[in-house]
Amino acid sequence: MGFPLLSLIILTPAAGAAVLIFLRGDDAVRWTALGVTLVDLALTVVLLAGFDTATHEMQFTEARPWVPALGITYALGVDGISALFVFLTALLGSVSVLASWVAIDRRVKAFMISLLAMQALMLGVFSALDMFLFYVCWEAMLIPMYLIIGVWGGEGRVYAAFKFFLYTLAGSLLFLVGVIVLYFQGGETFDMLALMQQDLPFEVQSWLFFAFLVAFAVKVPMVPVHTWLPDAHVQAPTAGSIILAGVLLKMGAYGFLRFSLPMLPEATLYYSTLMLAISALAIVYGGFLALAQDDLKKLVAYSSISHMGFVTLGIFALNARGLEGSILQMFNHGITTGALFLFVGLIYERTHTRSIAEYGGLMKVAPVYTAFLALFTLSSMALPGTNAFVGELLVLSGAFGANLAFGAVAILGATLSAAYLLGMYRKVALGPIRVHAGPTPRDVNARELAAILPLAAFVLWVGLYPKPFLDIIDTSVTHLLVEVQSRGRSQ
Amino acid sequence: MDPVLSIRPLIAIAIAGLAALAILVLHKREKLRDLVSPVAALAMFVTVMSMAPTVLSGGTVELRLFEILPGVDFAFRADALGMVFATVSSLLWIMAAFYSIGYMRHLHEHAQTRFFACFATSLAAAVGGAFAANLFTLVIFYELLSLVTYPLVYHHEDEEAWKGSRKYLVYLMGASKSALLAALALTYQIAGSLDFLAGGLLSADDASAALLTVVYFCYLFGFAKAAVMPLHAWLPAAMVAPTPVSALLHAVAVVKMGVFCVLRVVFHVFGVGLVGELGLGIATAYLVSFTIVVASVYALTRDDLKARLAYSTVSQLSYIVLGAVLLSPIAITGGIIHIAAHAFSKITLFFCAGSIYCASGKRNISDMAGIGRRLPWTMGAFFVASLSMIGVPPTAGFVSKWYLAQGSVQAGEMAFLAVLLVSSVLNAAYFLPVSYVAFFGEAAAGEGSARVREIPLVTIPLVVTAILSVLMGIFPGYFLTLAEGVVR
Repeated sequence: MGFPLLSLIILTPAAGAAVLIFLRGDDAVRWTALGVTLVDLALTVVLLAGFDTATHEMQFTEARPWVPALGITYALGVDGISALFVFLTALLGSVSVLASWVAIDRRVKAFMISLLAMQALMLGVFSALDMFLFYVCWEAMLIPMYLIIGVWGGEGRVYAAFKFFLYTLAGSLLFLVGVIVLYFQGGETFDMLALMQQDLPFEVQSWLFFAFLVAFAVKVPMVPVHTWLPDAHVQAPTAGSIILAGVLLKMGAYGFLRFSLPMLPEATLYYSTLMLAISALAIVYGGFLALAQDDLKKLVAYSSISHMGFVTLGIFALNARGLEGSILQMFNHGITTGALFLFVGLIYERTHTRSIAEYGGLMKVAPVYTAFLALFTLSSMALPGTNAFVGELLVLSGAFGANLAFGAVAILGATLSAAYLLGMYRKVALGPIRVHAGPTPRDVNARELAAILPLAAFVLWVGLYPKPFLDIIDTSVTHLLVEVQSRGRSQ
Repeated sequence: MDPVLSIRPLIAIAIAGLAALAILVLHKREKLRDLVSPVAALAMFVTVMSMAPTVLSGGTVELRLFEILPGVDFAFRADALGMVFATVSSLLWIMAAFYSIGYMRHLHEHAQTRFFACFATSLAAAVGGAFAANLFTLVIFYELLSLVTYPLVYHHEDEEAWKGSRKYLVYLMGASKSALLAALALTYQIAGSLDFLAGGLLSADDASAALLTVVYFCYLFGFAKAAVMPLHAWLPAAMVAPTPVSALLHAVAVVKMGVFCVLRVVFHVFGVGLVGELGLGIATAYLVSFTIVVASVYALTRDDLKARLAYSTVSQLSYIVLGAVLLSPIAITGGIIHIAAHAFSKITLFFCAGSIYCASGKRNISDMAGIGRRLPWTMGAFFVASLSMIGVPPTAGFVSKWYLAQGSVQAGEMAFLAVLLVSSVLNAAYFLPVSYVAFFGEAAAGEGSARVREIPLVTIPLVVTAILSVLMGIFPGYFLTLAEGVVR
């Protein structure tokens, strides 16, 4: 066991949160939080730089006994499926701190502590190799997120936070049941890698598949358990939305990749068509809902449902293009939707409205803002040359390979995304200047630009040269597919 | 012949891209800013032509940058078909650059920096598309072209402009986010690559005939810039743009990008063999014949000169596609050289429409009685370009129509010979009255003639393009050689 880099990555924000307790003064808190997240970001860059793309084995592994009596270990590691998300979490962590700089003006310390705690737990989820550890982080995440929405949210924050909590808790309870069943059926171990080698009877796999499905579907979210998402997003502060859309939604899809596919391959193959159907439904349904929104935040929230539908569509296409595309698309969605929520937050800070109808001609008063908004809007609608196009092409290509009909339905969703996103941009940025009563909104400042630029860079980098990212994903996905196909059919 | 490896295709694109940046930087220094476009246009044309000897002798100039996806590179290749498009675009940009300055200054148009910057970027996109070596690279430039022409279409920012530009974007983006996206994903799924290959990327063994047929039509309609009916309505809507935009972009760069993409798909994705095998050639030929005739009839009924020209463009674009899908070597040659012939003549006609508007503020043909006596150069050029559109020797349009007619005979499809004849009559019917009214019509009483006179910076470019229309008719060698290079 080498240098415990993953532990360091997880503990840095945790330790940072602890340090914040003793600090006084809002600015000291902000700068410290930013420093902590930047250090953490640098550490994840080190992780990616040292990542070996040639193997599907877990890397940077650590294992320490935790509760030996129950076989619980503190086991960490990343492979090509999780590595990018560790990086994405740290990146959006820094962006979130920057996004909260002035937007959060009361109880700053408590907010930043929640944010950092959240980050540590999310990193824990993505690097846990012990099912118990995974579950603990998964559940504990609820608390800081609940606080972020419930304390610093908008007018209806209490309702939204409660709804968010109830939905995810309901899902988590089934997840817990699944974990316990898996523990006993899988040879009384919490070791996820060992569980991936178990060949459970089909009946058990089926029950577990649906227990996990509910848990993960709430997080993704898939239709029809998506209704908490718009409420949570609209009420959450900007940073909360960024984390929610950027990272939290990915956890559901990540759960499918870590649990359902490798541990329940037979059930996965058996129910894949059903999953494709639900995914296609989410793509189109989310798209139509987004089309009908006047609230900017709701529009982006519903577009997330549609875009995450592409992700699950790619996963359950169960071929290399689909899977690689969906993992890449999760990363892309984190970047792009994170950025869009940031932009909604920026304009809300200035005008105190999110109603699209109240905007117009922003390009004339805030050219830099609208130029970057254009980039992220186009990225979200997957224009060729941007990150999402690469992912979308791979996912669709994989989906067509699995099932032509669902591929065709997904195309409809892609068309809808162009409609609602371009329509939104036209109304907000172009036309005669029509800004809500109050002072003319100023353009972005240096701090805001510091949050925007890295995200913009990833939009173009992944869009034009996605090879480094796909290289990270490729080997692990190929291995996962071989496992699913061989063990899923052998029985 | 081995491909020549060179960075020149990228340089040609970069020149226009950098020009756009320079225009933005120089937004406060108008004279210097206006100089950028003509200089860049010249430089781009020279760069493009530096590749001509290689391509004319049957070679290609290639540049491979890096891998995007397995089987898909970010790569450029200047081949015969690409050279036709690139030559026409870069050459006519020179004329359009001067013309735009004259036009925009004379009318004191607003937002000129945005206008010239978007204009230059459009050219980068057009030439990027011409030199793209695979579908992925091509669609990047294809979509870029849709985007950067959008501000040019809504340029006037009035009610009409917003309406027209909205239609423009809805049609183009709608088609590409539905049909084109599906076609790309399916092609990648079927072939595992998106490269252009001589003889075609796809083959009949790869997938069922039904699926391949679906993919084919997804491309045909996905590339809505080709304006094949029923996806043509964006083009007349785009006429709300200032006339230089209508001239270079909506008669040359944008619409030719559309037909160019269709031709790429027919020749280098499906291949002439597969298109014939699936029976798609004749099906498409009937489809575009419908467009040719119906769009001409629409043109007849339009009194607004630009609208008439727009419908004429819809019709003429389908000539190019018709030539390609007849699949006989001579017809293909005719289709390809019509890219150039139509470009030279139609840009002249639009330039003339702009010149009339600059000089007199008139748009409707019925108001143009007698205007030829006051705008002799403009209306003279208009007459010459009209003859080329009708296909009268010795103009450029005659050469392409000759080949198209011969080609349909070679393909054994007499029906399309009839289409060509009928549409030629229709062309004459909607073009010649304009010249007749202009030269022989009686100006309405009370119209002072003092203020109506031609603007040099607007008139000289249109005379040059009119001359080009004739020159190409007399010396079609360059484009013929390229077209034969595609057929080979």
